[in-house]
Amino acid sequence: MMDLDTVTTGNRLALSRLLTEVENDTQTGRDALDRLFVRAGRAHLVGITGAPGTGKSSLVSCLAKHIRSELGMSVAVVAVDPSSPFTGGAILGDRVRMRDLAGDTGVFIRSMASRGALGGLARATAGVVQVLDAAGFDFVLIETVGAGQSEVDIARLAHTTIVIEAPGLGDDIQAIKAGILEIADILVINKADLPGAENTERALRANLDLGYTPRMLHNSTHMATANDSAQEGAQGWVPPVLKTIATQSVGMADVLSSIKAHRDYLQQTGLWKVRDQERLKAEVTHLLQTTLMQRWQRSVSQEKYEAILDQVYDREISPGAAIDILMNE
Amino acid sequence: MADKKIRVLIAKPGLDGHDRGAKVIARALRDAGMEVIYTGLRQSPEMIAEAALQEDVNVIGLSILSGAHLVLVPRVIELVRANGQHDVKVFVGGIIPEDDIPALTAAGVSAIYGPGTSTTKVVEEILAAFPAV
Repeated sequence: MMDLDTVTTGNRLALSRLLTEVENDTQTGRDALDRLFVRAGRAHLVGITGAPGTGKSSLVSCLAKHIRSELGMSVAVVAVDPSSPFTGGAILGDRVRMRDLAGDTGVFIRSMASRGALGGLARATAGVVQVLDAAGFDFVLIETVGAGQSEVDIARLAHTTIVIEAPGLGDDIQAIKAGILEIADILVINKADLPGAENTERALRANLDLGYTPRMLHNSTHMATANDSAQEGAQGWVPPVLKTIATQSVGMADVLSSIKAHRDYLQQTGLWKVRDQERLKAEVTHLLQTTLMQRWQRSVSQEKYEAILDQVYDREISPGAAIDILMNE
Repeated sequence: MADKKIRVLIAKPGLDGHDRGAKVIARALRDAGMEVIYTGLRQSPEMIAEAALQEDVNVIGLSILSGAHLVLVPRVIELVRANGQHDVKVFVGGIIPEDDIPALTAAGVSAIYGPGTSTTKVVEEILAAFPAV
């Protein structure tokens, strides 16, 4: 069995290798997660999401540097890029923007491929984050794949979600659509020196003026949720709209102070705990799904499965009817 | 369910500013199903070794066109081994005079790919080196 003390006392090789085990969902990785669970739950998990090219990696780099210089706290970065749906391969290029963090032992950067998951993170991201949390990092910054409109898994994983916009990407109708903008605890307009930044800011602010949807996720059915979300709305955390130029380190002090203010807000209202519960519930649900799927796969022979698929291909039975047959095996 | 991938770090040590070759290799390895961490231009050996450690890679590919390979490549390997990554394979691509090949091999380089090498060859050799991953 793996000696987990090495991981929590700063052995970077041991930490890195454990992250691989967790990412590959090996038995060693699962055992480690079980044992590290009690040591995690201390770090502030900050999600950074937004469309491709809005500057997520640059902002993460700049923010991490700012946390190091202003607070002296340690920072882990988990950066997710997409896997090819065809070959399973991936180019993980987020480190290109993070070169300024090199040589700082208070920073640990890990790139992950999404490996087929569609919500903006990889299936193993929560586990990787848990290991980094247990390893003692004060902040874990989680950068999603370039997100479109509905990659909202990050809101379930992070305490604080930053959504990055850039000027010129859409008109005010984009700002009132459901999805990614709703999950923002902090809205950042990066590349604020580009033309159109004022329009983007106006559209986002106008949308917030219409009311801020309390950020309790729709399918979260925790008993306390209704009250808590009412409280969140009533006590009014309205996402700040901040302007940054990440490549020139402009605006980072505001981002960091908003992150701290959001943390204080979550802790004072008790929502910190609620969000932790949301995350853990999602994790249990996810594990349950995976486990049930695996158990089911063991119970049905591949031949039987393919025979039924063939019937679907020939349009003899519908996909729904196929499920009925398969589940009654 | 275990889901393993070969992880490769593609890096350009030193000061030359041409990374087309590195990107072509990165793309070919991606298409072969590997996870390729690309770090960009002008990396010091220390930065490369640090990235290799944090990313727990199986392979490091160094692209060098500047002529400084006899200094940079052994230094990268030395740092990677000092970090405890003894099984990581290091290959070099770029302009490497034939006379320098023995020195690089002695330093621990597992393969050297000059101009005109087919990407298929690079892919096949990496896949052969890590059959279990």
